Amino acid sequence: MSTVIRGGLVVDQTGERTADVVVDDGRVVAVGPDLSGDLVLDAGGCVVAPGLVDLHTHLRQPGAEEAETIESGGWAAVRGGFSAVVAMPNTNPPIDCAAVVQEVLALGSKAPCDVYTSGAITVGRRGEQLAPMAEMAALGVRLFTDDGNGVQYAGLMRRAMEYAAGLGAVLAQHCEVDSLAAGGHMHEGEWSSRLGIPGVPAEAEELMVMRDIALSRFTGAPVHFQHLSTGGSVAMVRAARQAGVEVTAEVATHHFTLTDEACASYDPVFKVNPPLRPADDRDAVRQGLADGAVDAIATDHAPHPPDAKEMPFDQAPPGMLGLETALALVLTELDLPIAEVVGLLSWRPAAIAGLKGVHGGPIAPGSPANLCVFDPNEEWIVDPDDLASRSRNTPYAGRRVRGRVRHTIVGGHSVLVDQEMRP
Amino acid sequence: MKHLLSINDLGAEGIDEVCRLADHFTEVSQRPIPKVPALRGKTVAMLFYEDSTRTRLSFEVAARRLSADVMGFSVPSSSVNKGESVRDTVNTISAMGPNAIVVRHRSAGVPQQTAAWTHASVINAGDGWHEHPTQALLDCYTIRDRLGSVAGRRIVILGDIKHSRVARSCVMAFTELGAKVTLVAPPTLLPPAVGSWPVDVSFSLDAVLSDCDVVYGLRVQKERQSEALLPSLREYTAQWGLTVARAARLHPDALVMHPGPVNRGVEIAPELLDRPNATLNEQVRHGVAVRMAVLYLLLGADPEPRSEVDTA
Repeated sequence: MSTVIRGGLVVDQTGERTADVVVDDGRVVAVGPDLSGDLVLDAGGCVVAPGLVDLHTHLRQPGAEEAETIESGGWAAVRGGFSAVVAMPNTNPPIDCAAVVQEVLALGSKAPCDVYTSGAITVGRRGEQLAPMAEMAALGVRLFTDDGNGVQYAGLMRRAMEYAAGLGAVLAQHCEVDSLAAGGHMHEGEWSSRLGIPGVPAEAEELMVMRDIALSRFTGAPVHFQHLSTGGSVAMVRAARQAGVEVTAEVATHHFTLTDEACASYDPVFKVNPPLRPADDRDAVRQGLADGAVDAIATDHAPHPPDAKEMPFDQAPPGMLGLETALALVLTELDLPIAEVVGLLSWRPAAIAGLKGVHGGPIAPGSPANLCVFDPNEEWIVDPDDLASRSRNTPYAGRRVRGRVRHTIVGGHSVLVDQEMRP
Repeated sequence: MKHLLSINDLGAEGIDEVCRLADHFTEVSQRPIPKVPALRGKTVAMLFYEDSTRTRLSFEVAARRLSADVMGFSVPSSSVNKGESVRDTVNTISAMGPNAIVVRHRSAGVPQQTAAWTHASVINAGDGWHEHPTQALLDCYTIRDRLGSVAGRRIVILGDIKHSRVARSCVMAFTELGAKVTLVAPPTLLPPAVGSWPVDVSFSLDAVLSDCDVVYGLRVQKERQSEALLPSLREYTAQWGLTVARAARLHPDALVMHPGPVNRGVEIAPELLDRPNATLNEQVRHGVAVRMAVLYLLLGADPEPRSEVDTA
């Protein structure tokens, strides 16, 4: 059975054109004017883009199924226009060996979007001993990270980079120097000072960015920086790229939409790691997105059940939901050409995740049918009770945003049609 | 005003109003029967997650002198030890219908969160490093009582400012009333971004000592040594302790204040605590009248409080 996506503006890395797109048997079979198919999806007024790719998703399974499952997170993804997500390894048990990778991939095969997984760099994400990266890479893992923890020891990080490079994999770093960040719960600055909340200085992130740029230059191995949040980090990455160092970087949606002032509510929904930063950093992150210093926007989707977030600020876990609001926030908050928006959310993260040719387009006959159709102008109000995620910890409750996903197609299956989930 | 979470909730006018009311309640406290029916039928719940001697007793006495009923809550004998969350405990206490909940917790922001979870008025009795507004109010009242006014006074706050909720509330209250505040501490015990506070900062006590109306000492805890914030308490006392020798350089009328409990011999020499210009016991005494004023302000239904107090 074929599906035609009719009347949208097709946007991919080859350009923009108004065209119909026909999908059949998991692939795009035709792109052009006046096409037909068995199922018609209306894309009038919409952008037809390659499915979005999230480099940074906490699916919480195994271990914290009360917060999210791979399936519920998968539905949150397709409602947000994502056809692929990369699961983070800070599960319980952590994704640090082939057995857990296999479990996640098996569960992922039943999810509505394509679920890829990262693997831990070190055993137990403890930063002491290299995890069996080769056996995980053999199962398709292309991104290794101890996310939630930074790899503290430079010598270990050097060896991990060298080892992973030999596997054709990329190391992704959660940049945080523990000895500076320990005990902190928000950005260290005027607001933490006023609120009496222990802070995490920007330097806790920037020192590790600085170190890993040096290690990348030294080893020649690529490194990817996760959820960069400070102006200093963005500037260092920009300079390193200009100097030819093989570094890439993502930023999370909340770091260009919120500031540390939000913590004045003491509502732990605004607690996240790295923490929300002051307006100067937020603006520097935006600038990095505009000028190409930053490659990708990631969600850092981090579900927590209500009980966990209804705690004193310093006792609540960090993290906020992101999958279902990311695209709308980019369209609402950033003044970027539509092709840039799609690039930051789709083909550039796809390339970093090693998914080129599968996700991220181009939209052309023969390519896999992973697509996202969104109305860039539809306005809606974020309602925590209207989310596919099992959790409710969105910091955007009540916010009016612009841009809504209408259809999502994964591997040729129309899993989201007119905003309705199709199990 | 529904809650007292921060000195910001009051502003200069509100602080003055509390002090005026406290004058009345000081008079009440001196009567043979120091009790008025102003809050008869009202219930004040004490929700203290942290140890406290003076603040808790002071609130209890204040509530009883206003004829309010007091609901005690003691963490060691409560469901908190069975893992009950703050929110559930607040719900449970709220279900018993108190008019006010007095909250102390080691985490900043818990009183503000509590206010969102209950219909009762919430009074912050100290939250983490954040604020301790009734302490600052009784300190304002004490300075006003001794020196006539807070406005224009030069106040040195000395010690572990970074970890002090008292310092945050006092800086706000003192500057709101027009005092000139200087923080004195080693840089490691100052809060981050202290440049954004409306104060002067000095790293040297000796440089500011002879030129102030009030020295307000804060407790310095032993733990600060192990956190690499101080080499040793010995070095702290030598550099920043209010010793007898240093106190000799103070203006004879300058006040020596401290919120208690005192680490005798660390931040302040024990001999100085008994001198007439030390106000520690007065601060505690004024605490009762000031907390009566706060409870009355939040729970007294009469828009003209003075008249009800007078006829009581």
